[in-house]
Amino acid sequence: MEEDKKTNRRDFIFTASYALGAVGVGAVVWPLIDQMNPDASVKALASTEVDVSGVEKGQSITVLWRGKPVFIRRRTEEEIAKAKDVKLEDLPHPETDEERAKNPEWLVMLGVCTHLGCVPLGDKGEYGGWFCPCHGSHYDTSGRIRKGPAPTNMEVPKYEFVNSNTIKIG
Amino acid sequence: MSDHEYTPKSKLGKWFNDRLPLLTLSNHLQEYPTPKNLNYWWTFGGILTFCLITQIVTGLILAMHYVASADLAFGSVEHIMRDVNYGWLMRYVHANGASMFFLAVYIHIFRSLYYGSYKSPREVIWIIGMIIYFLMMATAFMGYVLPWGQMSFWGATVITNLFSAIPFVGESVTNWLWGGYAVDNPTLTRFYSLHYLFPFLIFGLVILHIWALHVPGNNNPIGIDIKKPSKDTVPFHPYIVIKDLFALLIFLIVFAFFVFYSPNILGHADNYIEANPLVTPAHIVPEWYLLPFYAILRSIPDKLFGVIAMFAAIFVLVILPWLDTSKVRSAIFRPLYKQFYWFLVADVLILGYVGAMPAEGLYLLVARVATAYYFLHFLVILPILGAKEKTLDIPLSLTEPVLGGSPNEAMIKEKKDI
Repeated sequence: MEEDKKTNRRDFIFTASYALGAVGVGAVVWPLIDQMNPDASVKALASTEVDVSGVEKGQSITVLWRGKPVFIRRRTEEEIAKAKDVKLEDLPHPETDEERAKNPEWLVMLGVCTHLGCVPLGDKGEYGGWFCPCHGSHYDTSGRIRKGPAPTNMEVPKYEFVNSNTIKIG
Repeated sequence: MSDHEYTPKSKLGKWFNDRLPLLTLSNHLQEYPTPKNLNYWWTFGGILTFCLITQIVTGLILAMHYVASADLAFGSVEHIMRDVNYGWLMRYVHANGASMFFLAVYIHIFRSLYYGSYKSPREVIWIIGMIIYFLMMATAFMGYVLPWGQMSFWGATVITNLFSAIPFVGESVTNWLWGGYAVDNPTLTRFYSLHYLFPFLIFGLVILHIWALHVPGNNNPIGIDIKKPSKDTVPFHPYIVIKDLFALLIFLIVFAFFVFYSPNILGHADNYIEANPLVTPAHIVPEWYLLPFYAILRSIPDKLFGVIAMFAAIFVLVILPWLDTSKVRSAIFRPLYKQFYWFLVADVLILGYVGAMPAEGLYLLVARVATAYYFLHFLVILPILGAKEKTLDIPLSLTEPVLGGSPNEAMIKEKKDI
């Protein structure tokens, strides 16, 4: 008998059994974990259309999209000028205003502070934009983070103008 | 004393015990030898057991009337308060019971810190205790979400968003936790399920905690090893049982004061407004028992490091038995540690206070200093003290300081001569 042989057929059978067992356990556990992910009915609410004909300059509205608030702000000339006037070096998360607002008059973004998810308050803060009361993040008139613990600018969702009065978010 | 193992007296009892020695376990509630110098700080283990059972019983009852649904939850809590017979009592006992539970657990933990109960050979008791504490925080947090008020909703949002700080997978993890793209109905229903489960996990861990305790036996205010059984121990029943019950009675007076005279003083008025995903309350604060950790989170200006610091504040407690290298357990014989202990108590209270205040100006500065000191205490001061501190002489037995006044060198020598 070759007992000192390093690997033999039995070792192979063990390894193969463990591997198959691991795959089997994984296949059973995955549904138990994945059931917690967003379900079909949640995903189905992927887009929403908003009528913005009533929004005047300097006004914002907040709508709910996928359970999150979306800010739609019709910005004034000063606000746009202020947002464009900022040097990229001064921004913790550098993004130009043009990248964030395709049509400079309309700023559409998730009204969710990127720190821990509170809804920032409008027309507040040291940069004339938004201020998050939870942990003190200041956003400018383009919704970019300027000061405070939030790591990134407020997120701009995918949206488009269906016509001049209607925005489709998502 | 403990040579004499409990044996059932009745025939049926003996028959059963021979097949499953369950009744022998009652030794642990009767003859279990306990240091005779245990003071009232040692009664909180029993008080905590009472708290856990109270929470489970009232929780079971509330679950019979509560509806876990984003549309119905808030209304069902008001239904419990107004319509269900004694529903107000069940809910107020359950809600204030959580605070009482934490009050007791903090005293229990700080007793352990003072008398060095976490040290060898009791590290495993301590670690199980820390896991229980962590599960308690998770359970309390999820329970607070269930009424679906404004604080419930935004508390849940802020805490679950902590996980979004994880690099790369943060967003997937939060969406998985929420079952959607924000805190919503799927979040509520899963929190309800887990809030129901966790107390039973805690119950199981409490059994392990007590089991691990009964291997080396209780620490004691002097902190020395004692022979058991000996003249230094008394049987658990009736000595400790009666003392624990008396302490429980005093504790219940405090408990009843909150439940009957100021049931909402520890809560937030905002939670009587139904959850609204469009409006965040101006000032979000967690429940009082989480405030020190909240202050640590907010004191760090970076999101990821803030979250890491907060979890590290708990983890540093888990490894405490290896950070405190001093061989002397009780602070009574550690003149320097005793002072730093009280600094730590003050530090945690300060963290709790600034955690409730807005994170700006002086409050933020104080929070940062207090956070730094918290970690300094565990990571720097304790290891240095272990090496440098000149400790006082410890007595040879529990009886010695009682019979011979304060422990001193001369007395110990005298004893040796005898």
